[in-house]
Amino acid sequence: MRVLAAMSGGVDSAVAAARAHDAGHDVTGVHLALARNPQTYRTGARGCCTLEDSRDARRAADVIGIPFYVWDMAEQFHANVVDDFVAEYAAGRTPNPCLRCNEKIKFEAVLDRAVALGFDAVVTGHHARLGDDGLLRRSVDDGKDQSYVLAVLTGDQLSRAVFPLGDSTKAQVRDEAARRGLSVADKPDSHDICFIADGDTKGFLQRQLGSTPGDIVDGRTGERLGTHDGAFAYTVGQRKGLDLRVPAADGRPRYVLSITPVTNTVTVGPREDLEVDTVTASRAIWHGAETPVECDVQLRAHGEVVPAVVTVADGELTARLLSPARGVAAGQAIVAYQRDSGGDIVLGSATITAGVASEALVAARA
Amino acid sequence: MLDEALAAYVAAAREVGNPSSLHASGRHARRLVEESRERIAAALGARPSEVIFTSGGTESDNLAVKGIFWARRAGSLNRSRVVASSVEHHAVMDSAEWLGTHEGAQVSWLPVDSRGRVDPSSLAELLQSYAEEIAVVSVQWANNEVGTVQPVAELARLAAEAGIPFHTDAVQALGQIPVDFSASGAAAMTITGHKVGGPVGVGALLLGRDIACTPLLHGGGQERDVRSGTLDTAGVAAFATAVEITVKGQAAYAERVGALRDDLVARVRALVPDAILNGDPEHRLAGNAHFSFPGCEGDALLLLLDAQGISCSTGSACSAGVSQPSHVLIAMGADDDRARSSLRFSLGHTSTRSDVDALVAALPGAIERARRATAWKTPR
Repeated sequence: MRVLAAMSGGVDSAVAAARAHDAGHDVTGVHLALARNPQTYRTGARGCCTLEDSRDARRAADVIGIPFYVWDMAEQFHANVVDDFVAEYAAGRTPNPCLRCNEKIKFEAVLDRAVALGFDAVVTGHHARLGDDGLLRRSVDDGKDQSYVLAVLTGDQLSRAVFPLGDSTKAQVRDEAARRGLSVADKPDSHDICFIADGDTKGFLQRQLGSTPGDIVDGRTGERLGTHDGAFAYTVGQRKGLDLRVPAADGRPRYVLSITPVTNTVTVGPREDLEVDTVTASRAIWHGAETPVECDVQLRAHGEVVPAVVTVADGELTARLLSPARGVAAGQAIVAYQRDSGGDIVLGSATITAGVASEALVAARA
Repeated sequence: MLDEALAAYVAAAREVGNPSSLHASGRHARRLVEESRERIAAALGARPSEVIFTSGGTESDNLAVKGIFWARRAGSLNRSRVVASSVEHHAVMDSAEWLGTHEGAQVSWLPVDSRGRVDPSSLAELLQSYAEEIAVVSVQWANNEVGTVQPVAELARLAAEAGIPFHTDAVQALGQIPVDFSASGAAAMTITGHKVGGPVGVGALLLGRDIACTPLLHGGGQERDVRSGTLDTAGVAAFATAVEITVKGQAAYAERVGALRDDLVARVRALVPDAILNGDPEHRLAGNAHFSFPGCEGDALLLLLDAQGISCSTGSACSAGVSQPSHVLIAMGADDDRARSSLRFSLGHTSTRSDVDALVAALPGAIERARRATAWKTPR
């Protein structure tokens, strides 16, 4: 195949490109320049999208012996990922920009361009398995598994994706990079959000959205407990940073239960009030068989799985959780997995619109 | 590198010696350097003492623009204006901008027409308006992207009449068209080795004997005290050999490569009727063919042609390797889209008719694909 390897300058994508090359594919490396101004993106150990990363990617391509180009995707990235990220927070939801980048940049803008230029597929260094059966499965490395942020891809997109690292642990990938003489072998993993230079998401959102003070209220009594500088800075399930002056009557910690952008209100309450047993979600991508189906669902990146009965109809997904979950935030993805000895199979994915507690669950709290 | 230049390099590199030393091996190295200086001067219509060896074009441009600016301003604080064309190489452009940012210089950019040529009357106007302010004028001999040759002698004459030093970057011109330093009337001229079949890392600034120039590099006082640093004897010897051979062969080269280029241009135009030939059809370097292909990303075309063994160039590589729309094409009045749809095909000594055939065979398919790939641009 003629394949395009997206090379971030990190160790994973370098080894993925090298493996594709070894497998006999005609590989061309491409680094995606995503920052409008590379200096504004973070640097150093947390690096991604910097000039240094671009050079690292080029160096790796040279070592592997493949052609290498830089594609300027800054405008698409800004419009589809950064602006979306800000708009989602402004609407009281909690977006996952990595998922969005896979959906709109790597496997849409880049893939479309690659196909138009005569490539058959896009290779990335994601930790997930994509077998000959076309099914997406978790990586063998549980700690590094990225199937959650790939589940948004349609069957069409997956048919033109290659993930050469799914059968390897991160440690194995690093060892292999060192054996191959790739200088990125010991480069630190990137964490957090690449376009927030200092890792301060709240500060970034405040710069984008300004400061709009509002109330923090008790979810049970409606009592005003304090103020905040903008509801967008909070996430459902959050405990730290509430800075409440009034202690809870029972002395227990309080958590963010919901965010209401219209009234700019953050509602808080005790931990058990976070519990929901029904999750509704939209924009469903479903690869599995007919629903309802009993499966495991994951409600946030690196989150625990919860057994559930999932129903999909008309692009809407409903999950009845067989045990309650906490910290279910609108805007995150719900990903459904079917247990499988070869790595759990991704059945489908959707964007969470709400987590709801049934009457029985509410009654049980009191 | 030319075989002869490589041989000269190897022969000189075998004999170690610092041309600044007084002992026998130093004298031998110095003799090689001075003979090289004389050979370059003879080939380019300069005096040996006017040849200042440097590390290449970038250093020579920096030295000329900054050094002459500093020296002139030291003589009169009012002389703080730099004039340069808007299609200069970044080595001149960024030097001028740096003087503007860090040294309080005013910078005037000379416009170019749609073919990339400076109109001498625009320099005449500036010289009239700012007669007492201009420290240095810099206009390239020929453009590195679109190949347009500038009316250097006329511009140099205007500057000289106003008593202002005129620098020209002749990196692209040398070997392609006749270059004579003294006949050009320029006060300073940049040349470099690797563009004429010499080694990378050696070049020269030809600097008129009466032109004051403050050094960038201070130290042992080599090269008329304008450029300190121990000379690379082997590099200089190879450079001189390459310059001599290239200048001697220039007319024959221009005829052969020019004919090849004309054939390429005619065939591309026949195959791609909407292709636009950028640059000046008449005042143009022999090896340059520069097109805009409407509806194509130059980057995409480059990738597709590269995959078929055809090397071409979209313009200057910039931050993180992202190609920015060429400042040259923008100065010529192109919009961003046209600038981004551009591609340069360079022909040279080794180019043959079959190279042109290969390009002509690959181009239509590549253009068709590249046009399809432009749809990706629109975010959904």
